[in-house]
Amino acid sequence: MAEFNLIINGVGGQGLITLLRIISLASQKEGYDIKTSELHGLSQRGGSVEVHIRFGKKIYSPLVPQGKANLVISLELQESLNGLHYSSPKTHFLINQYKTPTFTKDLSEKEILGIVKKISKNLFLIPASEICQKELGSEVVAGIYLLGLAFSKKLLPLKSDSIISAIKKIIPEKYRELNLKAFELARQSFSSKNLGG
Amino acid sequence: MEEILLNKPGKKIILLGNEAIVRGGLEEGVNFVSTYPGTPASEIGNIFNQIAKKIGVYFEFSTNEKVALEAGIGASFAGLKTLVAMKNFGLNVALDSLLPFCYTGTKGPAVIVVADDPSCHSSAQSEENSRFIAETAHIPVLEPSDPQECKDFVRLGFQISEKYKIPVIVRTTTRVAHQKMPVKFDKITRPGNGVGKFVKEPKRFVTLPPRVLEQKKELLEKIEKIREFSEKSKINFQSDKKNALAQKFPMGIITSGISYLYVMEALKELNLSLPVLKLGFFYPLPEEKIKDFIKNFKKVLIVEELEPYLEREVERLAKDINPKLQIFGKTLLPETGELKPEQVILALAKFTGKKYKKLPITSYQLPKIKHLPRFCPGCPYWSVFAAVKKVAPKDTVFGGDIGCYMLAGTPAIAAQDYLSAMGSSVGIAHGIARTVKKQKTITFIGDSTFFHAGIPALINTVFNKSNPLIIILDNGTTAMTGHQPHPGTSVRTDSEYKFEWDQRDKSLLSPPLRSEEGDPSSLETKERPLQIEKIVAGCGVKNLKVVNSFDLKAIEKAVEEFLPKKETSVIIARGICALLRKHLPK
Repeated sequence: MAEFNLIINGVGGQGLITLLRIISLASQKEGYDIKTSELHGLSQRGGSVEVHIRFGKKIYSPLVPQGKANLVISLELQESLNGLHYSSPKTHFLINQYKTPTFTKDLSEKEILGIVKKISKNLFLIPASEICQKELGSEVVAGIYLLGLAFSKKLLPLKSDSIISAIKKIIPEKYRELNLKAFELARQSFSSKNLGG
Repeated sequence: MEEILLNKPGKKIILLGNEAIVRGGLEEGVNFVSTYPGTPASEIGNIFNQIAKKIGVYFEFSTNEKVALEAGIGASFAGLKTLVAMKNFGLNVALDSLLPFCYTGTKGPAVIVVADDPSCHSSAQSEENSRFIAETAHIPVLEPSDPQECKDFVRLGFQISEKYKIPVIVRTTTRVAHQKMPVKFDKITRPGNGVGKFVKEPKRFVTLPPRVLEQKKELLEKIEKIREFSEKSKINFQSDKKNALAQKFPMGIITSGISYLYVMEALKELNLSLPVLKLGFFYPLPEEKIKDFIKNFKKVLIVEELEPYLEREVERLAKDINPKLQIFGKTLLPETGELKPEQVILALAKFTGKKYKKLPITSYQLPKIKHLPRFCPGCPYWSVFAAVKKVAPKDTVFGGDIGCYMLAGTPAIAAQDYLSAMGSSVGIAHGIARTVKKQKTITFIGDSTFFHAGIPALINTVFNKSNPLIIILDNGTTAMTGHQPHPGTSVRTDSEYKFEWDQRDKSLLSPPLRSEEGDPSSLETKERPLQIEKIVAGCGVKNLKVVNSFDLKAIEKAVEEFLPKKETSVIIARGICALLRKHLPK
């Protein structure tokens, strides 16, 4: 693998930077060169957030160039549209079926998926927030659940050992079990019924 | 965070650019660190705040960047190794003290980190390019591209400062400061006992004519010596020595900072091999090295963000050595907004004439989705703005300032008719109130911003007799940049800070609202050594009320009472930041 380009987007407060830390640490464990980019500040207050993670043999730019994303993980449905800039027909989309108002003009689920499919047919819509709330009592770990799915569907070329050990290292003890459970839950649900859209 | 303190040379740890800056300071044995928080530089202060005591470094959040720099200047004069961090606008505030510091020079070495924010991801007031300071102040400026260089350049900055007795700026941008990569650790140097000694040297530390002109001359001589250092420095390097030496190429690229990474990405993408001159020094530039690079080229591409500073320098140098050289830069790349790798790929394709296939994506009109940031659930600002808007006349002029409450400018609240620099809401309100006849002027300013630059402007409204209503939003923290303490919160370290909140009036910590207006003094936070109401009263303001931010009725009443007044009025709306409340012990 020459390089892997990942975009994670959502809204402030959904734990994007934690996901970035886990995935970059896991890729470092596997010996890859890594570059990431994130934004801090007012964007935390419920606004659109996007992080870039790139790993491979030698990585220069911390930003994923236009059209070069291998995978887009959207923690909020409408934000998946902001991933399109980085996408090509080969890009996979893993989209949380969870919507928050933009306070400008909202688009319906049907409209959004219609637009995404114009660029890429490799699209999975998963009610991750709902599943995590129902099964684990907390929707905060929806991102980790989607990470588990990305891994199980072989959309993310990292080993489960590296990801699990990164979760253990990065998540504070108080929430560690919950996060590991979310990762495990995604793997089980993938093996029991082939989720997908 | 403990990882940043690991004393394991050779170990590679994934660090944010700002974390790497802290690590660079620790490896050089920095003694004294001061800052005022501002994104994208905020994490530097946050980390030092957490580790300073543990490692024996003095750290402070100062009231503003000018004061932070002055604290650093004092520490340097007393012989200590000093680091000061700020965002670009902070440099403007600090400017007045920075120039004389370059004239006097340093005693203990000093590095000043300045973070620019192209594209204004976290900046309201302008898309500032701090490079202007280099020529104005005659201060060396280093521009790292990635976290490894953040660490290395901070170290080099201290070494240059030590050798030439001059402060050094390390200039980052958002995509450098908030970039992560594995950074190779070197040994941490213990900072010593941190005790300074001021040795009197009036010729050195006093800038008074006629001495000041001699100092300028000495400074310019220093810069020429540093230029010689820059000529030889490894941080100004040619990426592909073999090819360049062979001079097979009629063209090359000059770049620096984050743009260098996009250039390397673009060369890889286009499968090109071209000589690249990467400049770690922005000032003083290695002019001979640049001349040597461009002398045999037909054309050169300058890849830099924002204004064409390098391009102009290359134009100047080319006149001498290669007048026919075609120079490309801002003709192919934008001057507004940060660069994106795809823009550099396209510019490079055009520059070299290499065919680049258009991506399928560019043939679609893609809708952009923007989730607007908004006040958090439980934020005390919701009720303040709701109450004020309810009772203020329609044509009231609402002044905004720098903080979370800038969100009053979003359509949902629409209570912000102007927004400028830190503290400026009050100064501008005075000018408006002094000028308009029937309209009312109400300004909003946060507690930390009030301490930063609001106080002189408040005094001016009293002294020059105007009548704006100034609402100080006191949420007990510097919220937007990540909950740093300020003079109104009384304590400096993280753990003490939390303790302080625990001791406070519990009625302020939670809605539901207090039903009775109550005596404003009951809302005083007696543990605070600096109480905003006492400062305001001390400035001569007679119309002063402290209200609970969650008490809509009390706010409405106070606004109605103060709006007809002929003198300056101040309402302090006090209520804790919702995010901070979440972290408090129950």
